Amino acid sequence: MSYVYPYGTRHTAAMIDDLASRAYAYRAQVLDMVYGRKSGHIGGAFSAAEILACLYFHHLRVEPANPGWRDRDRMILSKGHACAMLYTVLAYRGYFPVAELGTFRALNSRLQGHPEPHRTPGIDAAAGPLGHGVALGAGMALAARAEGSQRRTYVMVGDGELNSGVIWEGALVGAKFGLDKLTVIVDYNGVQQTGTTQQVMPTEPIADKWSSFNWHVIEIHGHNVAEILTALDEANEIHAKPVAIIARTTKGKGVSFMENSPAWHGGVPNAEQYASALAELEGEAARWRA
Amino acid sequence: MESMIRNPLGEPASMRQAYGEALVQLGRDREDIVVLSADVQSSDFSYMFEAAFPQRFINVGIAEPALVDVAAGLANSGFVPIANTFAFLFASRALEMVRTHLCFGGANVKLAAAYAGLSDSFDGPTHQTVSDLAIMRSLPHMTVVVPGDPVAVRKLLPQVAAWGGPVYFRLCRNEVPEIFNQSYAPEIGKAMTLIAGDDATLIACGVMVARALEAARRLAERGIHARVVEMHTIKPLDTGIVLRCAQETGAIITAEEHSVLGGLGGAVAECLTQHHPVPLERVGVEDMFAESGPYPELLDKYGMSVEAIVSATERALARRDGQVSQKACATA
Repeated sequence: MSYVYPYGTRHTAAMIDDLASRAYAYRAQVLDMVYGRKSGHIGGAFSAAEILACLYFHHLRVEPANPGWRDRDRMILSKGHACAMLYTVLAYRGYFPVAELGTFRALNSRLQGHPEPHRTPGIDAAAGPLGHGVALGAGMALAARAEGSQRRTYVMVGDGELNSGVIWEGALVGAKFGLDKLTVIVDYNGVQQTGTTQQVMPTEPIADKWSSFNWHVIEIHGHNVAEILTALDEANEIHAKPVAIIARTTKGKGVSFMENSPAWHGGVPNAEQYASALAELEGEAARWRA
Repeated sequence: MESMIRNPLGEPASMRQAYGEALVQLGRDREDIVVLSADVQSSDFSYMFEAAFPQRFINVGIAEPALVDVAAGLANSGFVPIANTFAFLFASRALEMVRTHLCFGGANVKLAAAYAGLSDSFDGPTHQTVSDLAIMRSLPHMTVVVPGDPVAVRKLLPQVAAWGGPVYFRLCRNEVPEIFNQSYAPEIGKAMTLIAGDDATLIACGVMVARALEAARRLAERGIHARVVEMHTIKPLDTGIVLRCAQETGAIITAEEHSVLGGLGGAVAECLTQHHPVPLERVGVEDMFAESGPYPELLDKYGMSVEAIVSATERALARRDGQVSQKACATA
């Protein structure tokens, strides 16, 4: 289990560097999992690393020993194919043993190819078919409000996922009810399975879209830990509107030959690529620790 | 057993009125019930719940996928959401949400599927539903319940709400004959024998129960004593009663307001072919869409008349008895 910075901890340089370093270590872990199973999604997992690290090691009010705690914050990984990163973060957060990550996508494993609630501790929603998270999160936020709970609901969506119509149905619902404890984080890595989002289905102007749906929009650099932490804090201060954090990220972040390449959406490295990628990631992790 | 059915059948009464009133009663009884609609609450009468409990009613707009997803989100916190829209929309547009979050993800959401079968008769085939039972029945962990009349709606809705897991509760839009009196006590998963008889068994669900009862009366006039079983739960199917009827009567006729493919008839066929094959005739819509028109006439035209049940029974009996005589010939 890794150290958790209690919510409210000042964003010191040491904390920021530590979380940044962990993000690279988690990428190395995901690389191992996908290489080991010869199956999985690296690109979109790597783009989400810092955001998930910030959520789970600083921001979310959760109790890994009590994953069913009714009043926990909720976190939906709507881009479920990136679950290798979520499993990694959950393991280091203490939901299950880190050693179990080696069973990713194996028969009888709790770590399924895409997230499955009830099977895996810490998973709040099924995901994989894209587009569900915003409407699901709206339902969770409505439930919290109905109970008078202060708990918050976080949803991470991909930018390719924004092609899906139900995303915008959910956005309408979130705005209609002014769900200010609902925060959607768009992992805007600009690449989807068969090309760039610009080629496949242009989503710009993305911030304007969310703000025209009556969401409060925050735009950040999604690999900059300080910006992520600040945006999550800012989201807590917004009233009467849900919040969309547009996080500009890089698909395959951290491995030079994987970055911005649709081929690494679901690609599996060979031995040589594995070694080379691992060296890059370990180098970055060490650099942030130094 | 015949004491639970009215004889003669009661005057037509509104299914959706019964549903709306039952929903309000459920809201009074249980604070964890929340009701969602895709802006059709004035159609399915869930508006009655909205009027009684505005704080527990959510209109997501004309957005059925979001309807199911938002409901799944509410269920995550222990609420029991009852989502309302037209049956065909649950079974088609929002189906992936149903599969992923209710059936796979385990969200305890109840689907109140309004205007099912041909009951949205004048709106035509775009709004009718002849495939929903087959679709919903094929989903792991889904329970499928079809009340037969307004009394059944009132009796079954609290059980649907209390059931541990997702339920597809299939509702008719229209006024239909009241079949049951207050001694009717259905239980999800258990079929009800309404009329005794040993010559053949009519297994019906929904509005076809009333027609099966009428068919049994006509058959009785011809000296054929058909047993009538109400199969209000399509899944899990009460296979015990199906097999008992097969053994005791040797001929089965199913009647449903649905395609003959994959619904009640399909479920009964699967059970019989595996465990105790006997002649089976399936009454329902042949593999086609219907059209606009008045409801009773539409049911008649598309294969679900009382006479269709009578004819199917005669066919089943002929097959059964033909088989017996063939056997007799072989032995001789």
